[in-house]
Amino acid sequence: MATETTKSIFWRGVRDGAPFILVIVPFSTLFGVVATEAGLSVLETLTMSVLVIAGAAQFTAVELLRNDVPTVIALVSALAVNLRMAMYSASLTPYLGEATLGQRAWAAYFLVDQTYACSVLKYEQNPDWSIGQRLTYFFAVAVPICPLWYLFTVLGALIGNSMPEGLALDFAIPITFLALIAPMLRTRAHLAAAFVSVVTALLLNGLVYNLGLLVAGILGMMAGAQVELIDSRRAEREGGA
Amino acid sequence: MIDPVALWTVIILLGAGSFALRFVFLGLIGDTPLPPWVLRHLRYTAVAVLPGLVAPLVIWPEATGGELDAPRMAAAVVTLGIGLWARNVVLSICLGAATLYGGLYLLG
Repeated sequence: MATETTKSIFWRGVRDGAPFILVIVPFSTLFGVVATEAGLSVLETLTMSVLVIAGAAQFTAVELLRNDVPTVIALVSALAVNLRMAMYSASLTPYLGEATLGQRAWAAYFLVDQTYACSVLKYEQNPDWSIGQRLTYFFAVAVPICPLWYLFTVLGALIGNSMPEGLALDFAIPITFLALIAPMLRTRAHLAAAFVSVVTALLLNGLVYNLGLLVAGILGMMAGAQVELIDSRRAEREGGA
Repeated sequence: MIDPVALWTVIILLGAGSFALRFVFLGLIGDTPLPPWVLRHLRYTAVAVLPGLVAPLVIWPEATGGELDAPRMAAAVVTLGIGLWARNVVLSICLGAATLYGGLYLLG
């Protein structure tokens, strides 16, 4: 087919989003369980999933609140985990900038790891897509993902409410985070960021208000950026020689 | 028990803040490219914050009162190892949990 119809683009988006169901369902269920174990009600858990739709930040907030960390520290730490969303936003702006303000606001709300990753790839491959087709694809990817995120958060919360004590759920959050972190360690720069973050967090563990985590985050970011710079310069030199 | 005021403050402000981060370029700044050094730092935010959060939880688990704990340490190593090897989040959570409960059963 020479030209794609908007309808076929919609179904392509749904198909591209569908494999993520395998990640979204267990992950949101686990969040529901962990949140209710930490003392959140079903309504509070669902509200968080609907307003935030970002698993890692939600887990971060619950874990810190559970440990009686000051509210502002819990908030800043969870937002720091979501800073990458600003990068996604910047990266999609050349493609979606001409949409209406309302459309861009909805796109911003549904801007999650999966919608971003699928869209930016397809936009590069299909530079001739109209703004309407780009929006259709973007929202189509969210169709199999976001409603299930809400739904299985509730299911997890209901499971968590009826679960017996003593299931060692204290360790659900560390295991989830480790599983999220491992695939991120793709380059030397990512490894450096993670390493500096771990060392700093352990050294500053006793610091008041959990400030050690914020310092670890900032130093880790700087380490990653610095190693990336060094490595890209080296690659340039070797490429030019 | 989490204080309800603190909880709702975080839920609402985290929601608003996350939306603001997603909206800032799409909605407000528009097509002005970010300086490369800013993008370079943003790329490493998640990988800089999450390991710092998780490391103390693994080394000093609260369930054991901060004592290093073999089943929890083994679970952490397995989760990280499977994640690095298979790059599969759900698989590493499942095998990590299996290690934890297996370890607790055998040693507990």
